[in-house]
Amino acid sequence: MSSDRTLSMRPSSVAPRGNLNDLTPIVHRVVERIGETNDITTLVLEPLDAPSMTFRCGQFNMLSAFGVGEIAISMSSAPGEGTLRHSIRDVGAVSHALCQSRVGDLVGVRGPFGSDWLVESASVEADLDPRDTIVVAGGIGLAPLRGAVEELVRANERGGGRVFVLVGAREPSQIVFRADLDSWRARGAKVSLTVDLATPEWDGRVGLVTTLLADAGFDATNSRAMLCGPEVMMRFTARALVDLGMDPEGILVSLERNMQCGVGWCGHCQLGPFLLCRDGPVVPYAGLVSQLLTQRER
Amino acid sequence: MSKAMRDLVEVHPFMTSMNEESIELVSGCARNAVFAPGSLLCAEGGDADTFYLLRRGQVSISVHIPGRGSVVIETVGAGDVVGWSWLVPPYRWTFDARAMDDVGCIAIDGACLRVKALTDPSLGFALLSKVSVTLLERLQATRMRLLDLYGDHRVQ
Amino acid sequence: MGPTLRDGAIVPGPVNSSKDLPRGVHDLQSPGSYRVMREDDGEIFGWAVGPGSWKNEYFPPSQVMWRSEIVGDTLVFRQPDRSHALLAIVGARPCDVAALRILDHVLEEGVHRDSRYSERRDSNFIAVVECASPADTCFCASMKSGPGIDEDFDVALTELNDELGHRFIARIGSPRGADVLSSVSTRPANELDLEARALLLETASRAMSRSLPFDEVANLLARNVEHPRWLDVAERCLSCGNCTSVCPTCFCSDVHDTTDTSGAIERRRTWSSCFDLEHSYLHGGSVHESSSSRYRQWMTHKLSTWWDQFDSTGCVGCGRCIVWCPVGIDITEEVAAIAAHDQARVAVPSRPGAS
Repeated sequence: MSSDRTLSMRPSSVAPRGNLNDLTPIVHRVVERIGETNDITTLVLEPLDAPSMTFRCGQFNMLSAFGVGEIAISMSSAPGEGTLRHSIRDVGAVSHALCQSRVGDLVGVRGPFGSDWLVESASVEADLDPRDTIVVAGGIGLAPLRGAVEELVRANERGGGRVFVLVGAREPSQIVFRADLDSWRARGAKVSLTVDLATPEWDGRVGLVTTLLADAGFDATNSRAMLCGPEVMMRFTARALVDLGMDPEGILVSLERNMQCGVGWCGHCQLGPFLLCRDGPVVPYAGLVSQLLTQRER
Repeated sequence: MSKAMRDLVEVHPFMTSMNEESIELVSGCARNAVFAPGSLLCAEGGDADTFYLLRRGQVSISVHIPGRGSVVIETVGAGDVVGWSWLVPPYRWTFDARAMDDVGCIAIDGACLRVKALTDPSLGFALLSKVSVTLLERLQATRMRLLDLYGDHRVQ
Repeated sequence: MGPTLRDGAIVPGPVNSSKDLPRGVHDLQSPGSYRVMREDDGEIFGWAVGPGSWKNEYFPPSQVMWRSEIVGDTLVFRQPDRSHALLAIVGARPCDVAALRILDHVLEEGVHRDSRYSERRDSNFIAVVECASPADTCFCASMKSGPGIDEDFDVALTELNDELGHRFIARIGSPRGADVLSSVSTRPANELDLEARALLLETASRAMSRSLPFDEVANLLARNVEHPRWLDVAERCLSCGNCTSVCPTCFCSDVHDTTDTSGAIERRRTWSSCFDLEHSYLHGGSVHESSSSRYRQWMTHKLSTWWDQFDSTGCVGCGRCIVWCPVGIDITEEVAAIAAHDQARVAVPSRPGAS
């Protein structure tokens, strides 16, 4: 979609409400655009004429670049944050059009869909989860986890379990949400970063994200984990966590497959017994999932 | 060898599951060492005469490339080991290892350890087994990084 | 609508009177082959299902979801007109009805209801005709979806053509079915009629040489994800997607937008097939890249993971995928080949299909 077309479609009045059953999006306006890296852009969206969406951390929306198409993108804001954010990597026609959109442009939103990280906002201190939470993200994988980490850090400040955020990226410039990482660190989370390719100015760690596990300092036997990143990275990280003594049921992974509808009709997002738009994207890395992820497809 | 040194060696993760005798023998070749930020634990091309068990701090493994400076290939930290060139001829360092912050470690005399390993095959086997585990972990991590997982793999 | 003879095949078509039905038309079906023949027996339903299924009437191959246009500064969405004529089907087969029940699970009984499908389904009238003439490729008896039927219809007919004459037994399945039948001249069925029906269904069941092990196939495939047969079938499979087109339960679809220079957008849903490379496309490449992986996806979905996803089988045993496969791949033969060398390497949680 050319930006000219997007501009020409900018309405002054209000578009009709959508209907999920008809795969009709609810029209949102881009109110802020944040360039995270050279190919990752965050869009902050507001509905034109609909109540703000309520969702849970880890769920996704179908985002329409009008006239180009629709793709599944996880929310990268926390439900309590008051904004609806999506962080999008420019990898195809639709994601490119979304990344190119400007403040004021219209974007279609359908959702929220799918399962979540099971991060509950406890109303009383006694209900806070006392377990450590280990969040491991690779590259853009931090986006679907950003809201969860925010909620976990808040819970930790009120007496909930400790939060460990381990982030791997290809190179320093590909690390997203630097300000959030600093903020989480300042508020008590243990944040560790590592890159595959060091640049001269990088004085941090260099190596695979799993190397951050060893000295992170969590108690694997009384903790849970949330992983999001390339599937191979999640597999290796999950295995390493199990080796350290973590219960596989306590390890959640966020999976990705082709999605065309988000509502369980199109059949594209099948992974064995799962329809990932319905049963995922967040699933426990236990038993069947660990097998499915190593199933040969060639 | 002081009792203190033996205790330090015993609790290092590299020594996990080694028997009393082996711990004793390794400790006999060990000394305490500290490195200030920026100083070299070993330098490419130098004699590989030491095996380091890291206790605190981070160490970068790097190589100097003209025009690019010192390129860090990997970083290792507390609980890791640095250096296995002491184990195989010609006993020469392949990379630079540099302290990134205050580094505390146990420095083990490579020649001393080689002699003991040769005369006590059970120590030799235990050492090689432990070094193999470390090598395997590093090799697997390197292979994973070769996949360039986070890279852009678009077909077009 | 009802079965009609068109282009040498029995396919769903408009039916205005009984003259439009395929009287005296029979068929000969085998893997990769379909022929119709005429006989002077006056039978109207003496054939087994052809390439077209009733799926098309509820879930068309291409369907507009919405259109939007720019009106002033506003983006306006419009739904296409859905006030089409009510659908009445005369001559659906029991396996066709079973297939619609399966599609109901997918498109209207899940978390999200497809209103297009539901509107059509809620208002339909179905006169089902029990099957006396299964094709060589049929295996509905083993899939518990035929040749007889006891529910999910407005009227159920059984065509009898014996020494007592050409006649139909009719059973009422709904008040609407009763209404319709009240306008037709009938007499109560007698014992001989009912015996003839029982014999006809039994003969039809026994005539089916093909079968699938209904209670075992889900677990069999789940534990044979790695099996040399997948490579074997991949050598023959052309990945043409004929099986998914003729399958009465295959529901995969693509959603795409098209636009014009005025900025108007049309969102359309079209059938797609898991045999297409694009079906599993993820930025960078397709997950199911090889033919073996795609065939495995299709067959394990039909017979195994469908249970996990929708609590039913995805196969009704109509045999269309066998007949319309250009190289005659036979799903029952593939299952038998896998069962003959059950790898049983991996223990998997038991599927609801296994009792």
